[in-house]
Amino acid sequence: MSGGFHIVVCGSLVPDPLQTLEPIDGPNGPALKNEMMLPAVLDPWAGHALFEAAELAKNVPGSKVWLVSLGPKAKLQQLMMSIAQKVSFELVAIDGSAGGFTDPFDVAAILADAIVKIDGLDRSRLLLFGGCASASRDSGVTMQMVAERLDIFDQFLAVDKLTMSSDGSMEILERIEAGRYQVSSCDGAPAMLGWATGSLPEPPNNPQVGMMNMRTVMPALQKAQTAQIGVGGLSYAAVELPKQRRETRVVKDTPAEVVAQEIVDWLKA
Amino acid sequence: MDKILLLAHTLDDGTLPKGAYESLNAALKLAADLGGAAVTVGLLGGDVQSAADSIAACGAASILVVSGEDFATSRYSSDTVAVEALVKEAAPTLVLAPTSSRFSRCLPGAAYRCDGRIETHITGIKVVDGTVQVQRWYYRQRMVATLSRAQRPWFLVIDSGVFEPWQGAAGTADVKALDIAVDDSCRRTRVVGVQTPDSDAQTIRPDAKLLFVAGAGWTKKQADGQLHIKKAEGLILDFINNSKASLGSSKSLVDQSSEGEVISFMSHLNQVGQTGSTPRHPKGLATCCHGEEPHTVGWRFISERRAITLDPNCGWAQGKADVLYVADAFEVIAKANELLAK
Ligand SMILES: Cc1cc2nc3c(=O)[nH]c(=O)nc-3n(C[C@H](O)[C@H](O)[C@H](O)COP(=O)(O)OP(=O)(O)OC[C@H]3O[C@@H](n4cnc5c(N)ncnc54)[C@H](O)[C@@H]3O)c2cc1C
Repeated sequence: MSGGFHIVVCGSLVPDPLQTLEPIDGPNGPALKNEMMLPAVLDPWAGHALFEAAELAKNVPGSKVWLVSLGPKAKLQQLMMSIAQKVSFELVAIDGSAGGFTDPFDVAAILADAIVKIDGLDRSRLLLFGGCASASRDSGVTMQMVAERLDIFDQFLAVDKLTMSSDGSMEILERIEAGRYQVSSCDGAPAMLGWATGSLPEPPNNPQVGMMNMRTVMPALQKAQTAQIGVGGLSYAAVELPKQRRETRVVKDTPAEVVAQEIVDWLKA
Repeated sequence: MDKILLLAHTLDDGTLPKGAYESLNAALKLAADLGGAAVTVGLLGGDVQSAADSIAACGAASILVVSGEDFATSRYSSDTVAVEALVKEAAPTLVLAPTSSRFSRCLPGAAYRCDGRIETHITGIKVVDGTVQVQRWYYRQRMVATLSRAQRPWFLVIDSGVFEPWQGAAGTADVKALDIAVDDSCRRTRVVGVQTPDSDAQTIRPDAKLLFVAGAGWTKKQADGQLHIKKAEGLILDFINNSKASLGSSKSLVDQSSEGEVISFMSHLNQVGQTGSTPRHPKGLATCCHGEEPHTVGWRFISERRAITLDPNCGWAQGKADVLYVADAFEVIAKANELLAK
């Protein structure tokens, strides 16, 4: 592809999956207890999208990667300390809630608006990347609505593999039912790819990459616009933790054949 | 008065997926709860007549169809055009559809084009004082919310297994075909095929009665101080084939697949938990797992749960499983395979 791709990755932060989460009633709808204090990580599927973007940019000369993140500025800054060392990108930060209870319709509008304003972005070469779903709202709708707003009508969801041809056309593998892949070919950019796990391991930290990125990350955070984002058109009647706790029967010091018989009986019941 | 549009697409063989019948039932129930809202069915696919015939007796006010070669495959550009047309024709306030890879890709954009809103992974629908409320999970199945919206049309994409499938006699359905033109801009993407894993690697079976979850313990040093990975492979494969189970995995175990000595037929597609899937099966058996993900998030939608682990203090299985066997999974599964093979 002459001139390379302009790859915009949408991704923000989510609470570290190993944290215990508790919903509370906030002033503007549901929120998480101690939300600002919870350790955060890059939303996992968006993270895979970022790593795939960086790899693609490395292989196609002239390409460039932007990471567009809507999240609380202070937390985005913390997050950058870890991910900026992994791959090269230019940050576009928008200061606002990254919580799961916000309205994805409004989130999509904010992200699309930020993308349109990116200086020097060539939308004819645009590959819009994101996760196939977030680990917060987990609805898998935001990227399609961002793409619609950018007039991108070739869209793929739950992508594990993207193969580029020298003429800019692409082959895409999307997860479909029963562990299979749908294979599609697309004429080329512009397109939207919502990534699943992809096929790359998490890149190791590279302090040099970190230093390079930080030169643009800090100014990006400083000039981050504030977005008014909340529950929007949603009204929540309740948000609850599942209450159910099971009475676990513990079976020990029992011969394997007895355990096996019990399991087989249960399976056949 | 509300109007409901039930959307469904056919599979390659022209039949409707099970989820379509479940969503149809959900739509009929919701219509009744709303005091007799009209239900229109919208079908999408290559040739949809036999699918329409299968639900001829459902009592829908009409069955609208968009069919033909351009709609035979699951492609965003043409699917959104089709859904937009169906919604324009039916003018619904509520659009119900089953979760599928095809709808998950196209419905969010279609809802946007219809100036609608969309909620996905719906696990419950009820009407409270005339207001439609839906239930869905947040933070990867950690908490459940009940919510509503005023904006219409409101698209509700329903997870499988939540509603019983609609059942009724097949007949000859009177369908109204919408004549939709698709131009070349919709053909920039072409579906060229489907990759199916090798037969011995076809381990994901969404309709299985049992989800068998394998954890990283299978690849750890055992009592004799040795690794027994080949043996673990054989035991797991025999077990899921003998019991016709679907195979799930913890993240730790699939992450090893990028590192060498591993269970060869395991991939990220098998992973359950926060960054994996949360499949719905009547029973689940976790083996060699230690962690919240396989025991809590990964089997959120598993009804009966049992676990085998060597660790008597496995706090993750306690309170989450119905039965916790403190035992060596290598021994137990070997015996179970003998019994199942009989
Ligand atoms: C960003 C992020 C996302 C995550 N997403 C996921 C996810 O989607 N899914 C997920 O699973 N985890 C997820 N995790 C959690 C994490 O990866 C856990 O470490 C993992 O779930 C634990 O895997 P495990 O139980 O297989 O392995 P281990 O913790 O290593 O447990 C192995 C167990 O096997 C037992 N064992 C060993 N030998 C035997 C034997 N012969 N018989 C019986 N038992 C035996 C041991 O006693 C031990 O309890 C995530 C974490 C992060 C940070």
